[in-house]
Amino acid sequence: MPTATAFLQAESVSREYRLGETVIRAVDAVSLTVEKGEFIALLGSSGSGKSTLLSMMAGLDRPTSGAIRVQERNLAELEADDLARYRRETVGMVFQSFNLLPRMTLEENVELPLRLAEIDRQERASRVGEALERVGLGARRRHRPSELSGGEQQRGALARALVNRPAILFADEPTGNLDSVNGEQILLLLREIQDSLGMTIIMVTHERPLAEKFANRIALLSDGRLVSDGAQH
Amino acid sequence: MKTRDLSELAVRNLREAVLRNSLTTLGVAVGVASLVAMLSLGVGLQTLASQRLTRSGLFDAVFVTSQRNFRGPRRAPPAGSEAKQNSRALDEDARQQLSKLSNVTEVYPQIRFVTDVRYAGKSETTAVLGLPDSSRSSGAFEGMTGAYFSSPTAEEAILQIEFAKVLSDQPPSLVGKELTLRYAERSALPKNADDEDVLDSMMASGTPGSISIVPREKNLRIVGVIESDPSAGIGGFGGARVYLPLKTAEELHVAQPDDLQAFLSGNSAKPSYMALTVRVHSPKDVPQVEAAIKQLGFATFSLLDATKSLRLVFTVFDLFLGLFGSLALTVSSLGIINTLVMAILERRREIGILKALGATDRDVRSLFFAEAGAMGLFGGFFGVALGWLIGSALTWGTTIYLHRQNLPGVKISYIPWWLALGAIGFAIIVSLIAGLYPASRAARLNPVDALRYE
Repeated sequence: MPTATAFLQAESVSREYRLGETVIRAVDAVSLTVEKGEFIALLGSSGSGKSTLLSMMAGLDRPTSGAIRVQERNLAELEADDLARYRRETVGMVFQSFNLLPRMTLEENVELPLRLAEIDRQERASRVGEALERVGLGARRRHRPSELSGGEQQRGALARALVNRPAILFADEPTGNLDSVNGEQILLLLREIQDSLGMTIIMVTHERPLAEKFANRIALLSDGRLVSDGAQH
Repeated sequence: MKTRDLSELAVRNLREAVLRNSLTTLGVAVGVASLVAMLSLGVGLQTLASQRLTRSGLFDAVFVTSQRNFRGPRRAPPAGSEAKQNSRALDEDARQQLSKLSNVTEVYPQIRFVTDVRYAGKSETTAVLGLPDSSRSSGAFEGMTGAYFSSPTAEEAILQIEFAKVLSDQPPSLVGKELTLRYAERSALPKNADDEDVLDSMMASGTPGSISIVPREKNLRIVGVIESDPSAGIGGFGGARVYLPLKTAEELHVAQPDDLQAFLSGNSAKPSYMALTVRVHSPKDVPQVEAAIKQLGFATFSLLDATKSLRLVFTVFDLFLGLFGSLALTVSSLGIINTLVMAILERRREIGILKALGATDRDVRSLFFAEAGAMGLFGGFFGVALGWLIGSALTWGTTIYLHRQNLPGVKISYIPWWLALGAIGFAIIVSLIAGLYPASRAARLNPVDALRYE
């Protein structure tokens, strides 16, 4: 049962893939409750199912069975357009490989979610400026991703994730393509955003030290199953 | 996504793969150009034929006769032809009435007579015809030696080349020279003329009024020699070899067969015409004017049915040209499908990112549609321009060829506004149809799979 402050609740969520005759269960009956304002790290080795679980919670994929409830809605039962609206209005996403569109400037990349949400042009400009200032890239707005360092690109991706003022931020291995200094800077930024905006953050990582340093809580997955779930600090 | 944002993104995407998209757009343009060139040729030829026919005076004219003219003077009226017995005479009053009908531009009688023509001591008998001033623009006198009549009342003549050859070995040298017409003038005799009784008794007629036939001569200056025969069949200028301005011909009061009929019917003081030609604004006005004339109690004839057949021939001609042109556009639409499918493969990751950021299937589909539509739009514009160039080149080439044959140039290709707009619209529609499959394929992409794509 969802708790009074539960923001997101995964209930016995499974995800299977079929490869010919073989059925691969990437996520196996995982139940997880995320409170509002939490910074939770999904920790696990490669192939543990953490990214698959994150994709389902972010509304990019649907579970084969089980339910994912966010603000009274079961994502597994939403229509495609409603799921897209959930991604557009409730969710912000940061990826390991940044996923900025190379032909657009940083500013245009950050503006993209606002275009999709049909936000007025004037408001778009102010919100883009605000998001870029927050990640310290106000001066680089006209640069293309190829003109930015890895750390800057990830900060740019973070600005894009924040620009639509999401209630929950999903980060899939956000430090995976960064050196340790830049990786720490990104996680510091995430932590600061969580503290200042009260945003719920769910991060996938395989780096236990970083998870232990920055997350409030670590959920450990192995072979698609949740093997431990405990608070930090 | 809003339309403006969608368009911006689509144009930006097209700019990214500029070479490939330009080549695809060029493919569309070539398809549209072939369609436009073919149809412009069809339209041009149709316009040319229609203009020539209109200018010939055959298709914008109604030939009017009195209903009583269809009956021989001694023949008994057919049964049920009460109306014909009471039908009106085609006199000056009728001419005035006809000229006041809506869409009527000109009403004129046919003045044609056979007479003697004297030139340099030679005397030849030939047919003379009065030409209305409107025949100046009929096209029949293009390329003639000399010029058309200087005014509608000029005492001038134009000779048909065959007749000119009879008068001189060097027909062009006749221009500027004078010839003499010898003709029979009809004039009404006054009631109190001394010789009225004599004439009445001579004609064995008890009816009041008589006519006299007086031989006259008229000198006319030759202003032109025409190679072709501007005679144009029924009611036209048919068969004459010497042409005068109609008003000049009317002033001559040459005795006509009508006069004999008027004399026999005892109405010689008020001349009537055998036939009148009623010219209308355009061939489409013919049925309405023809109906109005019939209501006035006259018999009519027009060549409208011939124009209908001609229109049918050109419609089929246009249809086939359009089909061939469309084939080229269909081939170019395969280029659009290929380009967009390639774009999906290349932009899989981008589609995944857009979906992760909240784009709906509809947004993605619309984006690809917009790109296909933009290629169609640009291709359509370039295609119309290219088609115009091809058409102009065809006209240019034809004109050069015709000039070498000593013929005036003609515009064989014509792009009306509806063809230009229609071709652009057609290009957009074909492009959108071509984008249907790639767009729906892009929209169906699973975002997780798309994001995983390297």
